[in-house]
This record gives sequence, C-alpha cells and structure tokens, in this order.
Amino acid sequence: MELGQRLLEGDKKAAARMISLIENDDPHALEILSESYQYTGKAKVIGITGPPGAGKSTLVDKVVKQLRARGKTVGVIAVDPTSPFTGGSILGDRIRMSDLNLDPGVFIRSMGTRGHLGGLSKATLGAVKILDLLGKDFILIETVGVGQSEVDIVKAADSVLMVMVPGLGDDIQAIKAGIMEIGDVFVVNKADRDGADRTKMEIEMMLDFSHQEWRPPVSMAVAVNNKGIDEIVDNLELHLTFLEESGKLMENRVKNSEMEILDLSQTALLKHMTRSDDNRAWLRGLAEKIARRELDPYTGSQMVLDKMITQSIGGGKDENTES
Amino acid sequence: MDRPIRVLVAKPGLDGHDRGAKVIARALRDAGMEVIYTGLRLTPEQIVQAAIQEDVDVVALSILSGAHGHLLPKVVNLLKQEDAYDEILVLGGGVIPEEDIPGLKEKGIAEVFTPGTPTTVTIDFIQNNLKRKQ
Ligand SMILES: Nc1nc2c(ncn2[C@@H]2O[C@H](COP(=O)(O)OP(=O)(O)O)[C@@H](O)[C@H]2O)c(=O)[nH]1
Ligand SMILES: [Mg+2]
Repeated sequence: MELGQRLLEGDKKAAARMISLIENDDPHALEILSESYQYTGKAKVIGITGPPGAGKSTLVDKVVKQLRARGKTVGVIAVDPTSPFTGGSILGDRIRMSDLNLDPGVFIRSMGTRGHLGGLSKATLGAVKILDLLGKDFILIETVGVGQSEVDIVKAADSVLMVMVPGLGDDIQAIKAGIMEIGDVFVVNKADRDGADRTKMEIEMMLDFSHQEWRPPVSMAVAVNNKGIDEIVDNLELHLTFLEESGKLMENRVKNSEMEILDLSQTALLKHMTRSDDNRAWLRGLAEKIARRELDPYTGSQMVLDKMITQSIGGGKDENTES
Repeated sequence: MDRPIRVLVAKPGLDGHDRGAKVIARALRDAGMEVIYTGLRLTPEQIVQAAIQEDVDVVALSILSGAHGHLLPKVVNLLKQEDAYDEILVLGGGVIPEEDIPGLKEKGIAEVFTPGTPTTVTIDFIQNNLKRKQ
C-alpha cells in the first residue's frame, strides 16, 4: 500500500520511514506531505526547551505519561546536536523515556540537527506534520537546549514550556533577553535542590516586566520523582485554551506559516542556483565580478532573483525571455 | 542523497554498566553515523519498538550477562514479527564465548564482536553489510 495512505491509517513504520525520507529531502515524500497537508493541523504542538541537563527529556517522559492518563495520544520529537566535524551524533534523549517504548499511543523519534542552527533540525517541521497525520493529539518537541539560539521552537510550536533549574543566577540575567519571550509556561525543575524558590521568584520578576495578555505561569517540579507534572500539563492546557479563545492560535499559525514558506523558498532558491553546472558557473562568474568590484553584491543578488524567475517561467531556459 | 547510517545501540539484560556500549556509540558517531543510544536494561520488546520508530539501519546490542543466547535471537524474532528484519542489520557485542557465535549467526545475528575488536572493524562491517541502500 502507498506510504501516504499507510500513514493516515496509523502505521508506525510508515511514519518512521516518512520522517527518514523527509530528513533526506526525498521528492516523493515531499509530494505526499504536500498532498496530505490539508489533513494536518489537528495536533497541539508543544515545545520543550531550556539549558542542557535541565531535565527536559525526563520531563517529557513524565508529561507524556500524564497526557496518556488524560486519554491523549502523543508524538515526541527529540533533537540533539550533530557534530559539525564528522556529521555523526549521539541521540540520547530516549534513555529517559524507555517506559514509553511499549505504549502503542506514543511515537518517539530522535533527530540530529544535521548542520541546522536554531535548536531544531531542518526536517523537524516535516516530522511534526507526519506525526500529526499519524493521528497524535499532542506532539512534543524537545530542542537541543543551547541557550539563546533556541528561537526555532517558536516557529514550530503552539505553546512553549521553558524548563529552568535552581542556581542559574546570573545566567537568568544573561538569557532573559532571548529566552523569557519564548516561554508560554515556565517550570523550575530539580526543585529538590536548594534555591528553587529564589529561581521561581526571579523568573516571576522578569515576567513582571513584560505586559502581555498571557502571563506565563511558573510552577515547580521534580521530574525524576514525578512531582509537579500535573500542574505543568494543566498550565499547558490553560495556555492552549487561551490561544484558542483569543484567536491567537490561528494568528500564531499564520505567522509560523509565513516563516515556513520564506524558509522553504530560501532553501529552494539556494538549491536552484547550485543545481546545474550552468547555474554554478554563472554564480561563480557573478562572484568574481563582485570580488573585483566590477559589480556590487546588491545588484548581484537582484540578478540572482531575476534569473530564478526567468528560469522558472522559461522552464529551465533563460535565453528566450524577450519576446 | 547521502544519508547518515542510523544505528540503535542498546544494552539489554539486567546487569551492571554500559561502558562498552558507550565506547561503540562514540566510535560510530565519530565515523559519521547517527547513534540512537537507549541506555541500560531495555527488554527485547522495547528495543524492537524503538528500532522501528527510529527507522534504523542497524541494531547493535551489547551484552555482558551471559544471556546472549536468549536475548539476541529474541530481538531478531521480534524484528521478523514486525516485518522489519529484512531491512535491519543486527549485531552483537560483549563477552560472548567463541563457541556460541556460530549458533547466534544461524539465528540471524549478522556478526558478533568480542572485547578487544578494534572499533574500526565494527565500522567497516556496518558500512559493507547494510541491508538497505543509503
Ligand atoms: N535532582 C534532580 N535531578 C533531575 C531532575 N530531573 C532530571 N534530573 C536529572 O538530570 C539529568 C539530566 O536530565 P535530562 O532529562 O537528560 O536533561 P536534558 O538534557 O534537559 O534533556 C539526569 O541525570 C536526570 O536524572 C530533578 O527533578 N531533580
Ligand atoms: Mg534531553
């Protein structure tokens, strides 16, 4: 049976294969996603971010169990960094989720960033759609967790859970600019350690400065002991309800779709310009002129866009544009 | 397009540490592979479900406990039940007596690497014996 059809019927192996194909830019898989896109958008997408070692994977394990107890099916996408030198990676988030392996209502996939910056991999958005088509009610995305560069998660998720730990101290000051805006729900994990109250207070103070319609709730948790998980899930559900009732869910999804098409167009443009030897040689010629100051890069980039358009219209030939 | 080889590294069984599994995980990563590391004490059922969700090319099982005669073939059989064995290479490693190895191979373990095998041997074996083309 066809891969797309199997996916819609809830076949895990089809989902797993589709994600691999999308990771490898397989044109047939892209076609399937393009045809079935209309059936996506049902799942609620939740991002989980925060510094490495904060307990994100442990929390994901517990949050999934809580969502299951509430009758929801769940997909998990866990992203870890790919080594820029070898292209290899060790994806270790599953270590904390071993109980979930046998739950038929849960699907977990680990992804390497494969050179993509911003805390996610290039194929993460595709994987979200695939798990959505597989029929998952909730999709959790665990980001790499390297501080300030975790911006992509906002484009991928409806709601973002920011995981902090006690004793960040100055770090909170340092990251507040990038991080505080991202979180819709905050949790101070490892509350079994000293200083959790103080960290919570500091986060609350920081949030006092931003005046938005939604005031992110801050709760405490000890993920390893399954403490405080109920409250996290309650807060996430509250936020999702707020999004729906205020119309912001759609508003955000419009914003995210806008960024997605711009990202995709940018990738397509890059690919187009480097696809054929002709185009590569042409680009090289342009670059040489620019380096010799015979042409400026602003005009050059305009020429690239023009060439892309003429080639698209002319079906790959760019000679016969003047009629 | 060139895609990285994906390998699930697991250490089934109830015993001790996962040092050997970590060494091989790091070596495979350094060879450019994507290693899904699942840690200690997974059951064969859990390993097979994880392998399917992760769509791996290889399942590498590290064993110390002497339960290899049971655990390794169990993983193979479960993969067969899930219709996934034809695409996934199953490897064993750890303290496994020489005389047990032929029997394991008969039961579908592609190769067994005992302690002291250079990691390059394992890497070469994987690269040359994948069931699915890259
Ligand atoms: N003391 C304490 N340790 C925790 C807690 N939650 C997670 N950990 C530990 O923190 C370490 C990192 O956890 P992990 O979930 O892998 O963090 P991640 O890198 O953010 O995904 C592990 O050793 C966990 O057992 C907690 O609430 N309290
Ligand atoms: Mg993690």
